[in-house]
Amino acid sequence: MENILDHYENPRNKGVFDDPDISHEEDNPVCGDHIRLDLKVDDGIITDARFSGRGCSISQASASMLTEEIKGRPLDEVKHWGKEKVLDMLGIPIGPVRMKCALLSLKVLKAGAYGIHGWPGEDEEDS
Amino acid sequence: MTVTSPLTPRRTQTLDARAIRADFPVLNQKVNGKPLAFLDSAASSQKPLAVIEAMSEYYRTTHANVHRGVYALSERATEMYENARKKVARFVGAKSSREIVFTRNATESINLVAQAWGRANLKPGDEVLLTEMEHHSNIVPWQLIAKETGAKVRYLPVDGQGLLQLDGLDALLSERTKIVAFTQMSNMLGTITPAAEIVRRAKAAGALTLIDGAQGIPHLPTNVQELGCDFMAFSGHKMCGPTGIGVLYGRRELLEAMPPFLSGGDMIRRVTFEGAEWNELPWKFEAGTPAIAEAVGLGAAVDYLSGLGMDAVRAHERELIAYALERLAEVPSVTLYGPTDPDWRGGVATFNLGEVHPHDVASVLDSEGIAIRAGHHCAMPLHQKFGLTATSRASFYIYSLPEEIDRLVEALYKAKSIYARA
Repeated sequence: MENILDHYENPRNKGVFDDPDISHEEDNPVCGDHIRLDLKVDDGIITDARFSGRGCSISQASASMLTEEIKGRPLDEVKHWGKEKVLDMLGIPIGPVRMKCALLSLKVLKAGAYGIHGWPGEDEEDS
Repeated sequence: MTVTSPLTPRRTQTLDARAIRADFPVLNQKVNGKPLAFLDSAASSQKPLAVIEAMSEYYRTTHANVHRGVYALSERATEMYENARKKVARFVGAKSSREIVFTRNATESINLVAQAWGRANLKPGDEVLLTEMEHHSNIVPWQLIAKETGAKVRYLPVDGQGLLQLDGLDALLSERTKIVAFTQMSNMLGTITPAAEIVRRAKAAGALTLIDGAQGIPHLPTNVQELGCDFMAFSGHKMCGPTGIGVLYGRRELLEAMPPFLSGGDMIRRVTFEGAEWNELPWKFEAGTPAIAEAVGLGAAVDYLSGLGMDAVRAHERELIAYALERLAEVPSVTLYGPTDPDWRGGVATFNLGEVHPHDVASVLDSEGIAIRAGHHCAMPLHQKFGLTATSRASFYIYSLPEEIDRLVEALYKAKSIYARA
């Protein structure tokens, strides 16, 4: 929990890029969480990432952690990340109601990485 | 010596919430190592033994389909089902039990009116008047039927205190207004609306009235004939009854004139390959096998609440909300929403703790065994109006105690110590 609070109060890579290679945003209508994720991609590798948005500590901390995690990784690799990746990152048990908060940033990342049209959907992330 | 069974409701002048708690087995448990403080009754109330036992008893001794079988079990089941209807009719002061239609919940009751009455009566240029403090269940059904019929949905505004701006009502009412549909008590702000006054003015303008009683009926003494409303919708599960059963009260002449909503078995008098004749009220609106055990449970819930007395229920909750508003206002960085006058406020305390997201507040409270609701409470337009995306809401009922409000306040201090932005 301390790690989550640390990322929540001191978010890493917070902001936007003027000219992102990929930018995508989504809402979680139930609680009003909002995440935008901007990526710089060079030769298939994520070279830099920033996020912005608002919402609860779980949603914002998971986005902050995710931006650290994806830097230097191939885009094709992160496309295949599942919810376990995020849950490991957060490191605390997430109940079914907060799952949508925890996974919003992953949803934004994957929808952005696939380009919304090529994305197979969020079913695999659903708890 | 008389023996009081759990099925016999207690007769008391004022509520003894501590004694009432003994009737609710679910309350007697620990959550995360702490005694459960269930402060989410506005979402759904807990159930007394009287209701649990009545449903169990029905299944153990009686169950058969209703209105059909020419045998003892079916006749008994029919009698129990129809008796429940009579109890509900008496509870809300209907003229006849024929004016009581069983549905799944308040949402379905409102959909019934919007679809059956609305499709037959709304024309392009007509208006449906709602208020800005409606639950989604009293907005979306009207938006759908308005789109279909060409009618327009308008809204009576809410002021910053969370009170309806009644001064603007007469200007919004015209001969185009065909129905005024409004809540008896706001599920987000706890506002008790001046229902009789709104009905009076709507009637004077020639409009029908529907009251969303989902929050009102469980908590406020209500008599539909005194209010003079045309329709009243409410749910069983918020008033100590089971889920899966709701009620539509409708004035008989109106229900008689309306076409059916759902169709199939039980709602017909006669069917040929060419067409059908509708059954009498209220069965015209009850297609298919109804929720029999749930109706029996609702009947027991109504007995239970009548035994306590709805005036006593209201007095208890008025005390609790006055205490809650006072205690919550002491907590630095708590912002309270809704009316401050307990006379116009039900047992619903809605607040935010600084910039802490309500989900985070609710999680900290849960770790202390305190159950509250966090989110938009199915009132997104109202949240938008107040510039909010979400709020925290603690709500009370007959079994709620002032000590639970003290624990809520204490836990909010804990949340403040965890989250720097509080």
